[in-house]
Amino acid sequence: MSLAAMFTKSKGVHPPENKVTANKKIEKMPLPKVVYLPVAQHIGAPAKVIVKRGEEVKTGQVIAEAGGYVSAPIHATVSGKVSKITQGIHFVSGKPMDIVVIESDGNDEWVELDKKTNLSDMDNEEILKRIWDAGLVGMGGATFPTHVKLKPPKDKPIDTLIINGAECEPWITSDNRVMLEKGEKVLKGVRVMLKLIPAKKAIIAIEKNKPEAIAHMKKLVAKSRMKKVEVLGLPTQYPMGGEKTMTKEILDREVPILGLPLDIGVVVQNVSTCVAISEAVFDGKPMVERVMTVTGMVKKPKNLLVRFGTPVEDLIEHCGGMKDEADEIIFGGPMMGITQYTLDTPVQKGTNCVLIKKNTKADERNCIRCANCVNTCPMELMPTLYVAYAKKKMWEEAEAAFVDDCMECGSCAYACPASIPIVQYIKLAKAELGKIRRAKK
Amino acid sequence: MTADEKEVGRTFKGSTSPHVKSTTSVERIMYLVIIALLFPTAGAVYYFGVYVIFIVITAVVTAILVEYISKMLRKRPFVMDGSAIITGLLLALVLPPRIPLWAVAIGAGIAIAIAKEAFGGLGQNVFNPALVGRAFLTVSFAGLMTKWVAPVDSPTADAVTGATPLGDGFERSVDSSLYWDMFIGNTGGSLGETSALLILIGAAILLVFKVINWRIPAVYIGTVFVFTAVLGEDPIFHVLAGGLMLGAFFMATDYATAPLTNRGKCIFALGAGLLVVAIRLYGSLPEGVLFSILIMNGFTPLIDRYTIPKPYGYVPPPEEDDGKEEKKKEGSK
Repeated sequence: MSLAAMFTKSKGVHPPENKVTANKKIEKMPLPKVVYLPVAQHIGAPAKVIVKRGEEVKTGQVIAEAGGYVSAPIHATVSGKVSKITQGIHFVSGKPMDIVVIESDGNDEWVELDKKTNLSDMDNEEILKRIWDAGLVGMGGATFPTHVKLKPPKDKPIDTLIINGAECEPWITSDNRVMLEKGEKVLKGVRVMLKLIPAKKAIIAIEKNKPEAIAHMKKLVAKSRMKKVEVLGLPTQYPMGGEKTMTKEILDREVPILGLPLDIGVVVQNVSTCVAISEAVFDGKPMVERVMTVTGMVKKPKNLLVRFGTPVEDLIEHCGGMKDEADEIIFGGPMMGITQYTLDTPVQKGTNCVLIKKNTKADERNCIRCANCVNTCPMELMPTLYVAYAKKKMWEEAEAAFVDDCMECGSCAYACPASIPIVQYIKLAKAELGKIRRAKK
Repeated sequence: MTADEKEVGRTFKGSTSPHVKSTTSVERIMYLVIIALLFPTAGAVYYFGVYVIFIVITAVVTAILVEYISKMLRKRPFVMDGSAIITGLLLALVLPPRIPLWAVAIGAGIAIAIAKEAFGGLGQNVFNPALVGRAFLTVSFAGLMTKWVAPVDSPTADAVTGATPLGDGFERSVDSSLYWDMFIGNTGGSLGETSALLILIGAAILLVFKVINWRIPAVYIGTVFVFTAVLGEDPIFHVLAGGLMLGAFFMATDYATAPLTNRGKCIFALGAGLLVVAIRLYGSLPEGVLFSILIMNGFTPLIDRYTIPKPYGYVPPPEEDDGKEEKKKEGSK
């Protein structure tokens, strides 16, 4: 436990920050020639394709409708022709899904956008509809449809909004740049959220390793005279930006197991999502692009504004190519990111970072019971027990020891001297428990 | 990504997150412990002569050899992770200064073969291997194990018989020079147990590099201090005497044989402290550190079972309450 950790309410680790792109301004990525748009870029039901092969589309046009309430539509991110609709594998769930491929005509011709200047001209239903129609999902990585989050059930009163600018994952700097360069839009988004959810307070929470962003947001909040909004510096400790860690650290409230922050009166939104809310509500602009960091073993790491569907290959090329020794492409940060196998994998709504690196995994050894995993677990779990249970296929025992409470932040595996892929065992235990539960039904 | 994208050339590596790891490793931990143990080892050579070097070498070499043979017999890969060196070193440090080398070899062999490998190797053992080796020698060769010598004048000088602070016939001086001698290690006793100073230097290294958790030594030594004081004994004497210091920092903190959680560690250390006091004051043995730790090692699985923490966001199961408490917890926290 480090000195700083003694003053935090939650536990975690301190991986090297490597925020090499923190001072690099957001650069507009040139329009891609082809975009690959999967219909499942969010948690919930996949969207349903409504365009046909050969159809001409404009930027911002709906190409797939929301597949239910917990779902979001997908828009064309370039203008051009639908060259094919193909099948692919969802990069998290592994399930097959449709992918709409659009060949850009290079003109970036937009659909007409329905702009609004005054928030007071719209009622809450209309605002929520604009957010839903714009295809908004959480941009911090979890991609939960935003309109659902912003309409909590009536029996769950919300008293606090947390605006998540923690960005606790190493390497990633996109939220930092968004706060510095689009801070006004973040606050406009917060204003919309406060109208939808009349909370007592909105706390913009930023890890203290981003002093510029904290100072800038404080200045903007003071200028805006929004009395309910405050800016809070958080201790720099991974996984400070997790929803559950934040409610604990900021409000000393714990989200119940298998529950949501709204169960304890909190809604958490990422700062980039706030910008998207502002653009959707005032500019009528659907979600077609995002700010992301391309970093690691590329020659020129950058923060880029990228259209969804852009293949990762284009990004790497734009950043000067990858170094020869690199052999891993990670979507997300090094702690929770997901490795991708091919260069045509597209940027999606939740892709906040592409990290190129060399695989440095060491061979797994026997547990020496050092208890590092126990001491770093922000969920107060016993990760080493799950490894032992998983090895013996003792799934029910793992369940009784609260394996479902694990958010797979990876702090345990990071701290493990025996290089045990603890998260892998935990995922296995959860998957096996899922099978058992489905079989019982 | 797409099945029909034939132009996709290169495929990349896939692995589960996290994709980074801290710099800690089993070897780093083990070699830090070995470095820390070199301080009391050097003290042992200084106080009890060059024969100590032979004891240490015998113990360490035997430990490594027996581990290698055990792995071969169990058809498991042998990894030089340093743990056998620690077992050998620790065993050497709890032996009397003039023990014959054949006895050292037997002790080290038992420690590795029976206490460690027979249980499944590193991390799987229930009892501290070095202490099992010491216990085996104590019951098998009681005579050899109670032959104590006074610190020698020079490393090559002949040793003369001397008493240990906890043994019969030890003359306690009344002034504070006794405490000082015990602190720097200028008394009779097992090789590495006498010098609190050198043990503390080694322990400081382990604490700084976060190899050991402060709770076990603090609670263990604190318990002995408090209870000997309450029972009318000299608490400073009891803390400095015998193997308490070495045991508290280097043996009770052994990962494999101590509980996992901080709460469990405190319970473990409290139990061990009470046992030391009980054995020293009321038992027939002069010293209780060895058995206090071994007995608590036996309780470790039980302690682990009963100290599993309530996780973040724990909600009591509905059959155990009427739901009111649950709501209160969510609402008021």
